[in-house]
This record gives sequence, structure tokens and C-alpha cells, in this order.
Amino acid sequence: MTQRTIKTALAATAILGFAFTGAAMAEPVDDALVIDGTEITIRAPAPAHLDGALTELISGWAFRDTETRAMQMDDFDNPGMIFVDRGLDAWNAVQGTEGKSCASCHEGPESMKGLRAVTPRVDEKTGKVMNIEAYVNDCRTTRMGAEALNLRGSEMTDMLALISFQSRGELVNVAIDGAAAPFYEKGKEIYYTRYGQLELSCASCHEDNYGNYIRSDHLSQGHINGFPVYRLKDAGLVSPQSRFVGCVRDTRAETFAAGSDEFNALELYVAARGNGLAVEGVSVRH
Amino acid sequence: MANDVKPRVKVPKSAKAGEAVVLKTLISHPMESGQRKDKDGNVIPRSIINRFTCDFNGKNVIDVKLEPAISTNPYIEFEAVVGEAGEFKFTWYDDDGSVYEDSKPIEIA
Repeated sequence: MTQRTIKTALAATAILGFAFTGAAMAEPVDDALVIDGTEITIRAPAPAHLDGALTELISGWAFRDTETRAMQMDDFDNPGMIFVDRGLDAWNAVQGTEGKSCASCHEGPESMKGLRAVTPRVDEKTGKVMNIEAYVNDCRTTRMGAEALNLRGSEMTDMLALISFQSRGELVNVAIDGAAAPFYEKGKEIYYTRYGQLELSCASCHEDNYGNYIRSDHLSQGHINGFPVYRLKDAGLVSPQSRFVGCVRDTRAETFAAGSDEFNALELYVAARGNGLAVEGVSVRH
Repeated sequence: MANDVKPRVKVPKSAKAGEAVVLKTLISHPMESGQRKDKDGNVIPRSIINRFTCDFNGKNVIDVKLEPAISTNPYIEFEAVVGEAGEFKFTWYDDDGSVYEDSKPIEIA
């Protein structure tokens, strides 16, 4: 790994009064993520569109403790998998005025295989950024006659878990050209904009300081290939945009809302930064 | 009270007679302790799984009393000696009177 600047870390520590003690750097582990005999890609060459901003893509899994990593390597020990089961119940449950469930049109959830790897993507007809949550709510409101789900609620994260699980192991390949290009550029601008009283951008932590401590935890490169994430701290699933809300809030800024144009563009950009890493299905993090 | 409660269990498909097998169980449950207050200062009522049992062919293997300090989504792992083929039955008892059940067969290899 090449040298990284730590000037942002010093600025942040000065403001927050943190003290790095002992080894501030913790290199990501050189370990393989194997679930049920299948190896999941957690390292990949950085895609060309990053212009050298990262030398290598590394999944957040590699930055976590031994116990946390082990949890994700067994589908039973992974507490996130229970929400995949719960999502399956919801998939088969008839809801709304049209008397339909997801299964009425899509049959088994296997039909969603591959979707998680290529979203968010831009819908050609509407020109809108569509992530999994947007697809779910679009189906619910236009075809099922059901209420849209709360984007950050547990019913939505259950669906996100179920649909993401279908693409486990597939390499993220989010399009950044064509209709997606303006959203990619907008997302990139947000990624590098410093927000909040602490004046931190996404890049301040996840590009300049990954591997360094933030409080007692190690910063990852901030890829979203592993989402939804079972966060041990929250004992529940977290979606990418819920994480964005948390991160921006931690800079002491007013955050954008989940599902806003800003976060949709940011999700597309951040997802594309991880092009080449594998969808982890449901991951486990601190 | 507790919505979307979902149990999960893992039992080996087969075992040797007399072998101790590892059983893993997990149930999604908020395990509200009854000690917390909401925004208006009212106590959030206790809502936990208060008992967990496992039976093998009708014979009790383990009977656990759970207390409010146990975390969300309680995970219980234990061993049982399997003498014959049969079925493990798992039961969780909720404070609100709900009972959640799951069962898994095991063969003798």
C-alpha cells in the first residue's frame, strides 16, 4: 500500500480532542472471505474512473476484528441473515388493494439475481436514479396498490437484505456513463464537499484515512458492496443511505434525507467506486 | 408488541449415535428491558422472550429462563447428545403470551 496523507486526521483530532495512542494505522487483514465454500471478492484493482484516488479496492470486511469477520463467514452466525428470512416472508405476503405479493409477478426472489450488483442505475424512461428501495416502492405504489415503505424502516431493510442476498458474490458493476453520467458527477461533487461544523468530506475519512482509527474503530474505504450491513452496535440492518445520514450527521451537519436527489446521486457514485468488489449479501460490521 | 419475530435454528442433518451435536438458535426480538423511557418520559413496557426450551422426541434438552438484560435478537447455542433419530423442537415464550416454534429433524448416520 502506498503512502497516504494524514493531514486530515490531524485536523480532525485537533477539533475533536482525540488522541491516537500506539499504532494509529491498522492495515486491513490479508484474509479471504469464504461463505459456504464460496470465496467472495474483497480486494480488486481500483477502477480507472477513480483516477488513482485509491490504489486498491478493499472491502470493509478486511478492516474489522477477527470475531466480526468470522461472524460473516457463517450464514447462521451472521445475524443479518434472519432479516433475509423475514424479507422472504414479506416477499410472499399479499399486500395492497391489487391483491398481489412480490411473488405474484416476480415468482421467487431468485429473479432478482444480479440486480444489487448494477444498482443504483438510471431509469431510461423517467430519468430517475433507481436503487433497490426505489424499485420496491415503485412496485408497491404503482402495481400493488400498497403504501410506500419507509426508506429507512425495517420492512424496507428486510427487502433490501433479501434482494441483495440473491446477488451475493457477483461483482459490482454500476454504470457511470450515458444517462448515469450527470448523477455520477453530482455524486462525486458531494463526495468531495466538506460538510458540517467539522468540515469533513466523505474523502477526508474514507479516501485519505482508511485504516486509521476513528474513535476506537478503523475507517474503511467506505464501499457499499456489503450493504445492507448488520451493525452490531445497532443490532439491526443499515441501508447505504442510512449510513450516509449517519456519516453526515457525525460531521455535525444537517443531513440530506434518505431518498433525496443528493443521496441518490451519492449512492450511485459511491457504489461505482466499488466496481469490482463483490456484493456480500448481508455483511456484519461493528 | 413485538413485531416480525422470526426464529432460526441450525441442527446438523445427521449425527452418530451418542454423539454430542451443536445446536444454534437465534430469534429476532427487540428484548425491550422495561427500564427505558420514551421521549415523553413514559416507561416503555417490558417485552422480552422470557423462556426458551428445546425438546428432543418429547424429552426436554434445555429449559432457559431469560432476563431483561439479554440483548436484542437473543442467540442461544448448546449441545445435545443424540441417541436416536428424531426431531428437535424449539419453543420461545414471549412476555405478550405469544409462543414461537420451530423444529428440525436429525438422522443417525
